[in-house]
Amino acid sequence: MSRIKEAFANGKAFIPFITCGDPDLETTAACVRECVKNGASLIELGIPFSDPTAEGPVIQGANLRALTGGVTTDKIFDLVRDLRRDVTVPMVFMTYANVVFSYGMDKFLSRAAQVGMDGLILPDVPFEEKEEFAPACRKYGLELISLIAPTSEGRIARIAAAAEGFVYCVSSLGVTGVRSEITTDIGAMVSLVRRANPDIPCAVGFGISTPEQAKKMASLSDGAIVGSAIIKILAQYGPNAPEYVGAYVKSMTDALREG
Amino acid sequence: MSNGRFGIHGGQYIPETLMNAVLELERAYNRFKDDPDFDRELTDLLNEYAGRPSRLYYAEKMTRDLGGAKIYLKREDLNHTGAHKINNVLGQALLAKKMGKTRLIAETGAGQHGVATATAAALMGMECVVFMGEEDTKRQALNVYRMRLLGAEVVPVTTGTATLKDAVSQAFREWTSRIDDTHYCLGSVMGPHPFPTIVRDFQAVISREIKQQLQEKEGKLPDAVLACVGGGSNAIGSFYHFINDKSVRLIGCEAAGRGVDTFETAATIATGRLGIFHGMKSYFCQDQYGQIAPVYSISAGLDYPGIGPEHAWLHDTGRAEYVPITDEEAVDAFEYLARTEGIIPAIESAHAVAHAMKIAPEMGRDKVIVITISGRGDKDCAAIARYRGEDISE
Repeated sequence: MSRIKEAFANGKAFIPFITCGDPDLETTAACVRECVKNGASLIELGIPFSDPTAEGPVIQGANLRALTGGVTTDKIFDLVRDLRRDVTVPMVFMTYANVVFSYGMDKFLSRAAQVGMDGLILPDVPFEEKEEFAPACRKYGLELISLIAPTSEGRIARIAAAAEGFVYCVSSLGVTGVRSEITTDIGAMVSLVRRANPDIPCAVGFGISTPEQAKKMASLSDGAIVGSAIIKILAQYGPNAPEYVGAYVKSMTDALREG
Repeated sequence: MSNGRFGIHGGQYIPETLMNAVLELERAYNRFKDDPDFDRELTDLLNEYAGRPSRLYYAEKMTRDLGGAKIYLKREDLNHTGAHKINNVLGQALLAKKMGKTRLIAETGAGQHGVATATAAALMGMECVVFMGEEDTKRQALNVYRMRLLGAEVVPVTTGTATLKDAVSQAFREWTSRIDDTHYCLGSVMGPHPFPTIVRDFQAVISREIKQQLQEKEGKLPDAVLACVGGGSNAIGSFYHFINDKSVRLIGCEAAGRGVDTFETAATIATGRLGIFHGMKSYFCQDQYGQIAPVYSISAGLDYPGIGPEHAWLHDTGRAEYVPITDEEAVDAFEYLARTEGIIPAIESAHAVAHAMKIAPEMGRDKVIVITISGRGDKDCAAIARYRGEDISE
């Protein structure tokens, strides 16, 4: 079993997202460690991009702060290498196609594998373009995570059948960001995935911020992904954010365990 | 490899949420593009409403003054709404309507595409929202007013450099959140497949007319066709029917801003490299880590860090040439055409005029150059006055 799938083996998974370098890499490292200490099952590390077209204003802000602070892909590889001295939970990069492509696909993926990453999420690489990236990911033992959306409908079976690691279920139309209500029939999406690929875990992301939402979404799937709610804490507390992020993650993982 | 490739360029690099929307658009386009009723309806709109065919005007004074090749101007500036943008917009709006969409969204740089979209929406009774970089809403305040007058909502975009690329990003974000009733009326030959093909086909009317009109006037093909290039819609429209006529030089004029050796430039072919952005693989101005560069040009319509995938391919194959033109050269050409021919071109189109001023004198008098005047320059007068140190209020 892949390390990513293992993250779903012990109950519902909680997956926090952090933009690397927001506001600096020391804070990112401390936040990752707080997430792990408080029960996160898998960490999504964002490599900032100048024009993050799938993000709402909150994560756009994090990308801007990180890039303004001078973070680069190379510095993020160094951060991961340092984290891997003590962090054992699986970690995946979340970034845009150009960040990987422009660095040189082989160079990027070999380096990512070498420093200890487990997978990659590229929100602007749909099923149709996946084969440009997937063979190189396989070569270096990284899993390329597939996304499905409320509009995917007839595409879900094909995407799920070819999926690796886990399937990222986008809960709502639109971009990332906190939502008061999620109206998509997540249960139906997840059952389409399971019918096509019974072994692949499904985690739900986009719009989840409260323990109640996380619990509900995880009850319909295998886990919950939270980004904007954590980024908001970082935007508010900056370098002092790690302890608040830790407390928030604890509230979320506690809720998932109750389930 | 996926659909919609021009050599290695193009493709569909977009979020999964939008995939079914672009597939639906492709199916609809394939169904209607050869439909005689659709064609009749569109031709009627282009002729009766937009005022096509546009004139191919012999610029006799300019020809005499430059002392070389004979110069013709393809007058897209005389179209309704004042630019070539209406050709594509009427096509897409009609297509959207056939698809049952009731709302158009669009990005705009100089405002010409936004005005064209707002116009088509008014004509066809559709709702319209236009995203425009906040910086551009200031540079092109008159066009903002025009769009509002036409019933569109104009949303200033404050992220990034607050220019065209950010308006495109925001329009994509908006489309992701509302697909059912909304068509994204993309204004250039860029973005994910099928947009580069659809927009090219709707703009190809420019080269179809040039070919026929020049045949009538000169009995031959042009020796060179010049057009400005941002995303590249008027250029591809001007080139398309000449691509297989190898004797015709196709020259795209990019915005060099303050020069290709400065950071204040938007010349993608001259300074960019291969990348993936806004749904397509093509050339982009970017740093070593793939972060998109904050480009600059005096022209809001050319102020874009990428170029359409078909242009990237025409560059790769050597079929078309791409040359950088600075702000200063474009402003000189803007003033030159006004004084010489009594025609005030858009500052975008002035980039093509500037290059013609360089090459015409070196060409024989038996040669013919066609310059596409993609739009009219009324919108630019205040900005050009400011560039020359004169503060006028609009």
